Amino acid sequence: MSGITPSQYSSYHSKVARSRATSEPAWIRYALTTIALSFLALFLFVPLAAVFTEALRKGFDTYITALIDPDALSAVKLTFIAALIAVPLNLVFGVAAAWAIAKFEFKGKSILITLIDLPFAVSPVIAGLIYVLIFGLQGWFGSALVDNDIKVIFAIPGIVLATIFVTFPFVARELIPLMQAQGKDEEEAGLVLGASGWQILWRITLPNVKWGLLYGVILTNARAMGEFGAVSVVSGHIRGMTNTLPLHVEILYNEYNYAAAFAVASLLALLALVTLALKTFVEWQVARNASHNEAA
Amino acid sequence: MAKQKNILPGFNLSLGFTIFYLSLIVLIPLSAAFIKTTELSIPEFWEVITAPRVVASYKLTFGASFIAAIINAAFGLLTAWVLVRYPFPGKKFIDALVDLPFALPTAVAGIALTAVYSGNGWIGSWLEPLGIKVAFTPIGVVVALTFIGLPFVVRTVQPVLEDLEAETEEAAASLGANRWQTFSKIIFPAIWPALLTGFALAFARAIGEYGSVIFIAGNMPMVSEITPLIIITKLEQYDYAGATAVAVVMLVISFLLLFAINGLQWWSNRQRIAAR
Repeated sequence: MSGITPSQYSSYHSKVARSRATSEPAWIRYALTTIALSFLALFLFVPLAAVFTEALRKGFDTYITALIDPDALSAVKLTFIAALIAVPLNLVFGVAAAWAIAKFEFKGKSILITLIDLPFAVSPVIAGLIYVLIFGLQGWFGSALVDNDIKVIFAIPGIVLATIFVTFPFVARELIPLMQAQGKDEEEAGLVLGASGWQILWRITLPNVKWGLLYGVILTNARAMGEFGAVSVVSGHIRGMTNTLPLHVEILYNEYNYAAAFAVASLLALLALVTLALKTFVEWQVARNASHNEAA
Repeated sequence: MAKQKNILPGFNLSLGFTIFYLSLIVLIPLSAAFIKTTELSIPEFWEVITAPRVVASYKLTFGASFIAAIINAAFGLLTAWVLVRYPFPGKKFIDALVDLPFALPTAVAGIALTAVYSGNGWIGSWLEPLGIKVAFTPIGVVVALTFIGLPFVVRTVQPVLEDLEAETEEAAASLGANRWQTFSKIIFPAIWPALLTGFALAFARAIGEYGSVIFIAGNMPMVSEITPLIIITKLEQYDYAGATAVAVVMLVISFLLLFAINGLQWWSNRQRIAAR
């Protein structure tokens, strides 16, 4: 150290102290990174890769055959029907709930927010069970439904109801904090300038929360198309009739038709990957807008 | 302070629709479960929910969920730490993939984990010679529940770690703390509420999980049968009252957890605001 002047020494010393203060030695960094990535590999990456490997194990022809099988196609159709009904309904609910909760003060608001979260806390199996208790043969409306020849349980309406239940909170949960953070100054300005309530909603509120809204819709859709437990209870597993894609995967798997089961599963895995890509894109947009607003 | 009058329109309509839809889809159907159990007398109800096979399923469900949530707390904290603090190639991609268990249908997760962890699977064939059987045992249940709870701890801890000011750590170091002391005395107390919230969320999610577990569990009564499967089995035997009784036990526990989690999140947010 004889060649170092005191001032050089102190700057050298503070540099070392700073790097020690805010980070760890390199070997600890590498070790921690390796452990974390190994954990993710064991539980995420390897199983994800297995879906596609197993799907293509018996060749591309078997893969395509499994996907264009009539039962598979009707499962695709039913999955889309359930999502097409559940997503818009929960979207309208999410906007209404967020408008009431974020823009107004009222008694029991925190209880209402907790109640909206309830479906997250309920096991999917129980979500299916409660609709069986109401619409099933022995249920509250069971005999009335039979008299009028309406089927809810073991039919499409039951599947749609169960799907709505399990995806119930997603849009509302995304929108409430966003709309609360935005306040109501812009809406009040619009009102003073003569805009109607619907104009305010369409032109001011919804454009302000569009990315959060899109994110909520993406999550709702992913869960709606992938729901298994709740739908399983109410569907009755009638092939070509009341099977959604996840239920079709289960049937094929239980018949030891692994290649076909994984082929159909790979469709759902692709849907999940697209969902994650869209989600990342939306988050990127939100971050860009935020930095834009700060700069302005 | 005088209360300002709210001039925005649509309060009655939006709140009215919210309460109507909430009642129709969630509250009335859930109340059906509680009303259905009143068909059973209290001794009958007690007998159903304390039958040996049902009690064995509680032990497995809650035990495996607890172990999985502990694994997720430890490795989720580590993952969040590595994602926030250390650079490595492909980090953005891996960060996005952490949410995979939220997006991947549970049935797909179930068959994929079974394929990987069964005796002839990619990972199972390494573990079997060591005498560790994962698929079709309670360990398989823990693996599936770890998978579905994985994002919770990472996603609750990550934003808190990002918010931490470097100054406090520098101050600790300048006062002579070593890195471990800085972590245990400065960083850990700041992330503790978020860690606990993530743990509780992962635990609550695991208790109700069905789809990913039934493929890998083997579903042997008394050994690897989870409580949601008990409900399904009773339903398939048309024992609606019995299925509902077990469901009510789970519902009550889930509601208590939900309230605990709301309290934890409130505490966690308050800690973060106080830290600023």
